[in-house]
Amino acid sequence: MGPLVMGAVCYDPKVVTIWTGFRRWFVERGLPFDFVLYSNYERQVEDLVAGHIQAAWNSPLAWVRARRLASAHGLTARPLVMRDTDRDLTTVIVVRTDSAAEKPADLDGRTVATGAVDSPQATLIPLAGLAEFGAEVTVRRYDVGVGLHGDHISGERDAARALAAGEVDAACLLDASHLTFLREGTLRAGATRVIGQIGPYDHCNMTVVDTAPAALVDRFAELLLGMSYSDARLRPLLDLEGLHSWEAGRVTGYEVLEAAADRLGFYGPEGQILAADYRP
Amino acid sequence: MTERRLDLGGLGLDRGAHLLLRRTLEPLAPGDRLAVDGRAPALAVHLGAWCRAEGHRLESPAPGLAEPPVAVVVRGDRDDERWMTATRAGAPGDVVRRPPPEWGLAARGALVEAGGPEPMFDLDDRDLLWADVAPRLYAHAAARQWDPAMAIPWNEPFQVPDEVEAAVVQVMTYLTENEQAALIVPARFLGRIHPHFREVVQLLAVQVADEARHMEIFTRRALLRHDELGTSSAGGRASLFALVEETDFALASFLLSVLGEGSFVDLLAFLERHAPDPVTRRVAWLAMQDERRHVLFGVAHLAQHAKADPKVRDRLRAAIERRYDALRDTAGLNAEVFDSLVLLAAGGWSPEQIETGYARVQRLEADMDQGRRRRLERLGFPADEAEALSALHTRNFM
Repeated sequence: MGPLVMGAVCYDPKVVTIWTGFRRWFVERGLPFDFVLYSNYERQVEDLVAGHIQAAWNSPLAWVRARRLASAHGLTARPLVMRDTDRDLTTVIVVRTDSAAEKPADLDGRTVATGAVDSPQATLIPLAGLAEFGAEVTVRRYDVGVGLHGDHISGERDAARALAAGEVDAACLLDASHLTFLREGTLRAGATRVIGQIGPYDHCNMTVVDTAPAALVDRFAELLLGMSYSDARLRPLLDLEGLHSWEAGRVTGYEVLEAAADRLGFYGPEGQILAADYRP
Repeated sequence: MTERRLDLGGLGLDRGAHLLLRRTLEPLAPGDRLAVDGRAPALAVHLGAWCRAEGHRLESPAPGLAEPPVAVVVRGDRDDERWMTATRAGAPGDVVRRPPPEWGLAARGALVEAGGPEPMFDLDDRDLLWADVAPRLYAHAAARQWDPAMAIPWNEPFQVPDEVEAAVVQVMTYLTENEQAALIVPARFLGRIHPHFREVVQLLAVQVADEARHMEIFTRRALLRHDELGTSSAGGRASLFALVEETDFALASFLLSVLGEGSFVDLLAFLERHAPDPVTRRVAWLAMQDERRHVLFGVAHLAQHAKADPKVRDRLRAAIERRYDALRDTAGLNAEVFDSLVLLAAGGWSPEQIETGYARVQRLEADMDQGRRRRLERLGFPADEAEALSALHTRNFM
């Protein structure tokens, strides 16, 4: 039997460090494992469903597409594991403190800054949320790292800068990004106000399809779930990957994004890419 | 269930509230709950993001409370796991024999998180590096730093015959060249010494800085009245290069500090005694104070080394012999330097003056030899062997 091959999207050079380190750890424990890098999530998902790779370290949006694509092929995708930090994220809608807007619906007719076209947290989820609140807005999108599904924080930072500069009426940000931008000074303390919070929802997961060899997949999950933050060899890798522990995957945290992808016509029910201006 | 409560007042997580949260959570056990109150805008939003990143869990307050908190933080165990396997890098006042590489750049005595880089500091043996006197010598060195601009009477008027001035220029040119080598040798070892031996690193760092100042003041004295420097001989440079090339710490320290700088202390004392002007006298005296300290450390750590490993004396002996063989066919001391020393000590050109100057330089060479023998004996060489080895020392003095 060949190794279990996992796909990962190289949104940052640290991806190589992380998975090279993990690969060594898996192989030392008897799991034949290798990984391949993708420049964007769409090709990774297509290769996963086609069986070219047996696991994919997926963004939440990539999970949505993988699930739909697999289903369309008569297969079943499932989230094998996820990071503890992938659970219960929220998106905030932020205005300047002097804004008249008190709630998301007040942004009707206003201009709203978002992250990249394919960012779940800073574009798809908030835009669907605003539509649900009855706010029709003009979108000012900051397309940084298209194809990386919002893994690149720069689009959100540009959106926050546009808000601070008075170029837009509101910005859509991940809760943690809002805190980061305040701490680093991109947003001035007291200069912005949160008028809406959407979520919670889940973020990345390790997606597998039922065509993958069960024994390898089970061992893979067992090794990931067994990683301990107290292990000095693993801890730097876990820190780099931004987690404390791997948790069992769950499908319950993706409803918000599934609905947003439908509402905004980003993906079709069979995993087709529908968004006309999306060029990963 | 009783919950601890923390009131953050108006302080938000964007302005330091995490310090209060950490301080309050630290003594709690994993799973314990902390109710958090506060008025900062977006506190609930930021608490969620912060808890996720820190490995804690956030819960909404139980319904029906009269004064509900903003949220409840359930303490995680991430920090405990991080420090579970941490160890102390020794104790601040206790130097261990072989510090492990993973202590790396951590301060001696710090609590070191496991993992991280294991830098290669190949000089990591207390017997090789340490001298009990090192901390005191460092303190002395730090206290005795001087400012070349202020410590020397550069503008004090003096009259020196032209040819004696030329002799001073030649000697200063030679001294500067020697100090270049004396700077490079410790500098090359600095990055190889395990930082656990902090005082040794500090002492050698000051030694490097000492030599930098010596180069400055010798050059400045040479150019005080002349536009050009003196000569640099091939033999002199060959002798110095044999020092710079030595990659073994014990051998380099032996050749440089015990033999070379030791001889230089006598040379600087000679210059101070016979200097024809106050500037030369002062630069010689200042440099001599520093060089004495360099010699003291060299002798002290090699004496400790030889005590722990008597065989090191065989290697020291071989190093002198090897250098002697390598330099056998070179001229050694620049002839112009030797003649300049004679003239400088003579003070003039009359046969009587030259005879006196020559005798003084001979006396200097005898003093240097005596000093080397004394230091070799301190390292445990028998007197007859010390005498033989001293005679093999380079004619270039350094």
